[in-house]
Amino acid sequence: MINPGLWRVRRVYDMVPQMLQLQREMNRLFSDAGHKTPAQYPAVNIWEKDGAAVVAAELPGLDPDKLDITVTGDALTIAGSAPVESPAEGETYLRQERETGPFQRTISLPFQVDAQKVEASYDRGILYVTLPRATDDLPKKIKIG
Amino acid sequence: MMEKDLQKTQNVAAAERIRNVKTFVPRVDIYETKNSLVLVADMPGVDETTVDVELEKNVLTIAGRVETEKPTGGMLYSEYETGDYERAFTLSDEIDREKIAATVKNGVLRLELPKAEKARPKKIAITAAK
Repeated sequence: MINPGLWRVRRVYDMVPQMLQLQREMNRLFSDAGHKTPAQYPAVNIWEKDGAAVVAAELPGLDPDKLDITVTGDALTIAGSAPVESPAEGETYLRQERETGPFQRTISLPFQVDAQKVEASYDRGILYVTLPRATDDLPKKIKIG
Repeated sequence: MMEKDLQKTQNVAAAERIRNVKTFVPRVDIYETKNSLVLVADMPGVDETTVDVELEKNVLTIAGRVETEKPTGGMLYSEYETGDYERAFTLSDEIDREKIAATVKNGVLRLELPKAEKARPKKIAITAAK
């Protein structure tokens, strides 16, 4: 009669490499836990629309005229400054959670941008930048002669 | 600016809604002037029609509904989530409830809560004692 216990031992040994692999993956997964990656302000969302990228950023309370949006090649730079309300005399801050001060962020897009056709809008504290792909960067169909 | 956690905080305590969206806690600044308390809340995506300020007993609730149109097309990359806002504050009795003023501009709600007459600093005239 075959001892079922022995079979089990054999299977456990077979699983060792997989278990080690799993352990390595878990370690890798949790090694960054608790470490905050240096977050960049502002946070952005990017959508794709008709071959253009739409970058949205939540920037409440800014003067849209003072926002500095520049495009070079495939990089979009958003810079500006959230107004600092310095308290007048006799005023005290009880709570200060909002972002203030200057910021700058550069976002790399996966394609060259047609800088002439970039459009930006600012609505209810959210900035939208539409970045169309440069025509000479578009994929070209090549005919076989 | 960079040290702060830039992610929005979800308001788990907010009552469940019909709308299937997340609710976040707006970041606020509160400062005190001689005659009033000023509350400034970052609520990107709201305007004067979608923000609600409610005062019940001594609990001031600010809530905002975000109905911004998402650009059509696929999302390539996401760092923040959109959703509604809600946050409640307990006021002391020192606020003149009738005169609370609220304005919204560029996604920022500004509330001015004037102090009640009795809570304002009073200048006490001093007369020379004989």
